[in-house]
Amino acid sequence: MSCGLETYGLGEFGFRLKTQTMASASTPTYNSNNLENNSSKNASRESLRMEPLADVPQLPGEERITDKDIIYICPFNGAVKGKVSITNYRLFFKSFEVDPAMTLDVPLGVISRIEKMGGASSRGENSYGLDISCKDMRNLRFALKQEGHSRRDIFELLFRYAFPLSHSLQLFAFLSQEKFSENGWNVYNAILEYRRQGLPNNKWRITFVNEQYELCDTYPTVLMVPFKATDEDLRKVSAFRSRNRIPVVSWIHPVNQAVIMRCSQPLVGMSGKRNKDDERYLDIIREANGQTAKLTIYDARPNVNAVANKATGGGYEGEDAYQNAELVFLDIHNIHVMRESLKKLKDIVYPQVEETHWLSSLESTHWLEHIKLVLAGAIQVADKLSSGNSVVVHCSDGWDRTAQLTSLSMLMLDSYYRTMTGFQVLVQKEWISFGHKFSSRIGHGDKNHADADRSPIFVQFIDCVWQMTKQFPTAFEFNELFLMTILDNLYSCRFGTFLYNCESVRDNMEVKEKTVSLWSMINSENRKYINPFYTKESSRVLYPVASMRHLELWVSYYIRWNPRIRQQQQNQVEQRYMEMLALRDQYLKKLEELQISDSPRIANNSNSPASPTQLVHHVQTPL
Amino acid sequence: MLSLGSGGGKSTKPSFVSYVTPEDMKIKEKEEGLRSKHPYLLPGEVVFCSANHVLKYTQEDSSQRGVYGTLLCTNFKIAFISDESASQETAPPFRNKLLSENDIPLTCVDNIYGVSDEKKKLIIGGQVKSKYPSKLIIQCKDLRVFHFSLTYAKEEEAKKIFQGIVHHSLEPKSLKCVFAFSYCETASPSQASRKSSLTLMFETKEDWSVELGRTKGNCKVSSANEDYVISEKLPQFFVVPFAVSDDDILRFLGKGIPFWCWSHHSGCALFKMACLPTIQEDGISQKYMHRMLDAVTQDQLCPVKIEDLSSCLPALQDLQLSYNKFKQLFLIDSTTEFWVSDMKWFSSLENSGWLEIIRQCLMKAVEIVDYLESAHTSVLIVEEHCSDLCCVLSSLVQIMLDPYYRTCSGFQSLIQKEWVAGGHSFLDRCNHLYQKEKEVPAPVFLLFLECVWQLLQQHAPAFQFSETYLTVLSDSINIPLFSTFLFNSQHHRDTAMKPGHPEAQRSPLNFPSVWDWSLQFDCKAQSLFTNPLYVEKPIQDKALRKTSHQKHQRQLSLPNTLSKPSPRKGFFKEETDNLKKIFLGKRISKWLNPTESSKELYESWQRKPLDYQGLLLPYLDGPSVRVWMQRYLRWVPEAQIFGGGSITTVNRVLELASEIQDLQKEVERRSCRMNSSTAWTQVYSGPPLSARLSSFPFTATHAWSFKPAIPSSIRQSLGSVSSLADKEDDDCQGSGVL
Repeated sequence: MSCGLETYGLGEFGFRLKTQTMASASTPTYNSNNLENNSSKNASRESLRMEPLADVPQLPGEERITDKDIIYICPFNGAVKGKVSITNYRLFFKSFEVDPAMTLDVPLGVISRIEKMGGASSRGENSYGLDISCKDMRNLRFALKQEGHSRRDIFELLFRYAFPLSHSLQLFAFLSQEKFSENGWNVYNAILEYRRQGLPNNKWRITFVNEQYELCDTYPTVLMVPFKATDEDLRKVSAFRSRNRIPVVSWIHPVNQAVIMRCSQPLVGMSGKRNKDDERYLDIIREANGQTAKLTIYDARPNVNAVANKATGGGYEGEDAYQNAELVFLDIHNIHVMRESLKKLKDIVYPQVEETHWLSSLESTHWLEHIKLVLAGAIQVADKLSSGNSVVVHCSDGWDRTAQLTSLSMLMLDSYYRTMTGFQVLVQKEWISFGHKFSSRIGHGDKNHADADRSPIFVQFIDCVWQMTKQFPTAFEFNELFLMTILDNLYSCRFGTFLYNCESVRDNMEVKEKTVSLWSMINSENRKYINPFYTKESSRVLYPVASMRHLELWVSYYIRWNPRIRQQQQNQVEQRYMEMLALRDQYLKKLEELQISDSPRIANNSNSPASPTQLVHHVQTPL
Repeated sequence: MLSLGSGGGKSTKPSFVSYVTPEDMKIKEKEEGLRSKHPYLLPGEVVFCSANHVLKYTQEDSSQRGVYGTLLCTNFKIAFISDESASQETAPPFRNKLLSENDIPLTCVDNIYGVSDEKKKLIIGGQVKSKYPSKLIIQCKDLRVFHFSLTYAKEEEAKKIFQGIVHHSLEPKSLKCVFAFSYCETASPSQASRKSSLTLMFETKEDWSVELGRTKGNCKVSSANEDYVISEKLPQFFVVPFAVSDDDILRFLGKGIPFWCWSHHSGCALFKMACLPTIQEDGISQKYMHRMLDAVTQDQLCPVKIEDLSSCLPALQDLQLSYNKFKQLFLIDSTTEFWVSDMKWFSSLENSGWLEIIRQCLMKAVEIVDYLESAHTSVLIVEEHCSDLCCVLSSLVQIMLDPYYRTCSGFQSLIQKEWVAGGHSFLDRCNHLYQKEKEVPAPVFLLFLECVWQLLQQHAPAFQFSETYLTVLSDSINIPLFSTFLFNSQHHRDTAMKPGHPEAQRSPLNFPSVWDWSLQFDCKAQSLFTNPLYVEKPIQDKALRKTSHQKHQRQLSLPNTLSKPSPRKGFFKEETDNLKKIFLGKRISKWLNPTESSKELYESWQRKPLDYQGLLLPYLDGPSVRVWMQRYLRWVPEAQIFGGGSITTVNRVLELASEIQDLQKEVERRSCRMNSSTAWTQVYSGPPLSARLSSFPFTATHAWSFKPAIPSSIRQSLGSVSSLADKEDDDCQGSGVL
């Protein structure tokens, strides 16, 4: 009682003055590689403090580089003393100061930049150390003791192993010895995928003209082209398309036979060059399904950018030259705009989520607006195709925005791509095989963090997919964790899946032979990634609503490092649903047991379903 | 044939059917008469006026689509009856028994615009001249927007219907003109269903005693105001600390009395109080206040914290202003407007300030919860009349702390306790009578529902009721039938219910309560009110709670005897200054970031696994406070996700729930335990999942021919992307093109 009255005396907010307790809630609930994240409690703390970290998770092929006492300056809970362990794959930090132990598990691949913070003469607590920027929306700060250049070794080692390619070292994917029961490299086979779509047929044929990457070095070896176009035609067309990326089939509508073609911009240039072969080629495409009066060409760029590209030899299909085509600009901005937009987003969510003007700050990043434009473009492509018209999609080189548009529209049109395997095929086909420059866009193992070629185009695509899963929560076989795992391993360099810019380089590096595929891991434990709400519905076209009213920030991905941001409520619903599923199974089991114990008696009675009274009677009959 | 009241019958020979033979016409008329021309009228409902050949249309880009029909105005609603027969399968899946799809209760009309010569003008009641606009846009309080064209109607009819609608929906009227009065005189009372419900109405001493007993409150039920002898604003019965005498209550006519709301298991409790009139001399009111606070602390044996809402929450006018801005975002006239407003969606939302108000209320509630839960301090909420934001906060606090209020009957009881018995001026705040000057209209109750919705969407398994239930409840505010929302106090209702003429010898009127859901919805539709995700209270939980409670009491009893007399002086000394400020009208403005202040509460709460039967806290960071999509976007065709939306998951859960129910029954049948305790409700079966819109159950699938929404006016608001946008595409860098 007395304590309460004292409180009263302190004035209204008196009892706010309690000592700050360290929150353990700071451990992110979702860790990028959560399979290795078991902070053991059985080991005694004292012994651990003296020794190098004992329970560092270790992948086969992972090697310990160094251990060090360090202070992690957690943006949410302040400085925490602990130990860091660096391997050739990860940075692992553990602190026993708080209970339960706090861990950080960061694959070196996510590191984009390492800076020294403060100098030997810096004053103030924890002012001397390392500042690490990550590609996955977080920064890490570590403080070290100032005496004895304690920072030099760790900085150099970290720098070396975080950017192996800049130091003539191998990416971890090539060192990994991981084994999985499934082989993810077998998920995608171009010919089988075309066959699934019903190709080739009398209008479309497979060509091996690019078998040695001689037609186009950023395309795959197997291409689907119009039956009427000869390989010679293809070569001629390739001369008129940027980087020789000629229009080829991505997808064919099973009923109306309309196709999605992808390519790069035509090399029109300032002078407005024309190419008869290209014009004829597009007309062959238009004719192929016999329904397309005007072929629609979707140019992903804003009109002005397409015009500006003429100056560098590019451009777009002019009206005069392509009379049977209509050109639609989709107004999607370039990789630089997207990069800056995500950077702005990071600024408002990390470390602190913008409080007072959250919505207008979010708007000013334009991130969701870009998402809206990409989705809106894909909706138009899908809609056109559904109504029986073939389309051609390109941007400048046809490996960023084009990949987004074709893959998203295919996701809307074809329910196969919404399955676990189907989505892997889609990524493997539209992104990996058709030469999205993963290496340049992500900068795997490369120290040039300011490289203008870097851009979160693939992240944006996955975000669009996530938006679709939000709008159609029962239409996708995979869950949010699946998408997050893909994004985490986009950076991690643990798997070969997203390494390098195109197939020709991958062949050279023998990626399939020397590395493990991400899909190997996912498919070996795929139960984790299944959406319990999934309802199989074939042949249904999904049209998401590309309105700000429905687009939302992917909080559980972009703000996942903030312990105060809730893990999405969807989880609660999902969890509850799983509980109910378990309950159902319990009942089913019980019923089965009852059936077994009942069956001999029911069998010799009659075939009619037992009425309650009959059943009562039965049970009471002593055996 | 057309028995539509005035003006219906005479004009049945429109010239355009002249090429139809008389026989054909007769048949046609007969059919029409039989089929749909009859408006569906409730008991006591009469048609004031009507007009034929009115076109109801929707604006899509440049094209208009519409149907012809009859527009009527009755003493209950504005109704449109389509000439086209409504086939059975297109009937809305979720029908309100009182209203059809195109009915607008008069009290649901928000704004009416007249369009003449392409100019849209707001119609203000009382200023209508003989001229009538060619088009009528009616915006409803439930966010529907209707477009009617009067161009093809007879001039006389058009004029009449326009004037009728404006007169009956936009002009001040007396309470007796509200439809409930006509309805109740003729409708047979459905008393039986009300009695059987579990909702406590808090009209009797018993209900209060039950509530006191349930929460183990240490207070007394007072009958000082029986027959409203002290105050017409207060209910006849209420609960106050033991030390508050009838004289105390009489002293300032109930002002300055701490009314008990709810008791925490630790012994502290939540109270609310109306400010004392400011004219009182310092000494008297101060002394009085001391005694009242003393009364609170004495019974509860714990300190008390005073929360003055006027210093920390927006005023009612701001509430109304903000909501007006907010709702405007959803009253969309055309597809073009939808996409244009899409560009600035987030900043428009922010500018309205509505979400911020919701957040502030929730924050304040968390703060109060913190006092009760962590500091075991009683809280006294103070507001001028303690019947507006006070109701919002006290109800929210109870929902967060007590799982009982998250059940259907608990929630309804809570609204009865805090809002109806609590004397919230529903009539004035909803402005049903259109008396502009008299009182401040403000969506206070809606604000409460909004806050509950936030909790519900964040912690779905903790609530027995669904989002649909809340939406329907928010709609019911605007149906002028329910005693719940029609009056300013219980006294107000009781006097209104008395028969109009003493000599008429009638029994008092019997208004239905909104909780009598069967009046609006059949069982099937009502099944959508329950939340299939709800985690029910485990049975042993009750016992557990009891023991913990007892333990607590034991702990309390010790310090009680030891420390009671000593520290009192000090605490009052310090608090008197505060009190003076509060009760004498001087407002102390202090702003302490509540998220900071409640940080520890959140942290300790988050550390534990979430118990749906335990304390529930809202997440209040920017991304967590959302727009109540079902309520606000359900009528906007552009925002519909065909075959999608969160309703699809809800549906899966419903299916699973019914499967489990069947299995459970089967198991019970087989194991011969026939005492089934069916907790699951009937499952709603409607159109297949894939054919539904995300606004299910509120819009029928047929409403729009489906085509994907492609944003128009995509031209960027991305003006500020700077030089980057003009920068050459990445692809052209490096090795030269060509």
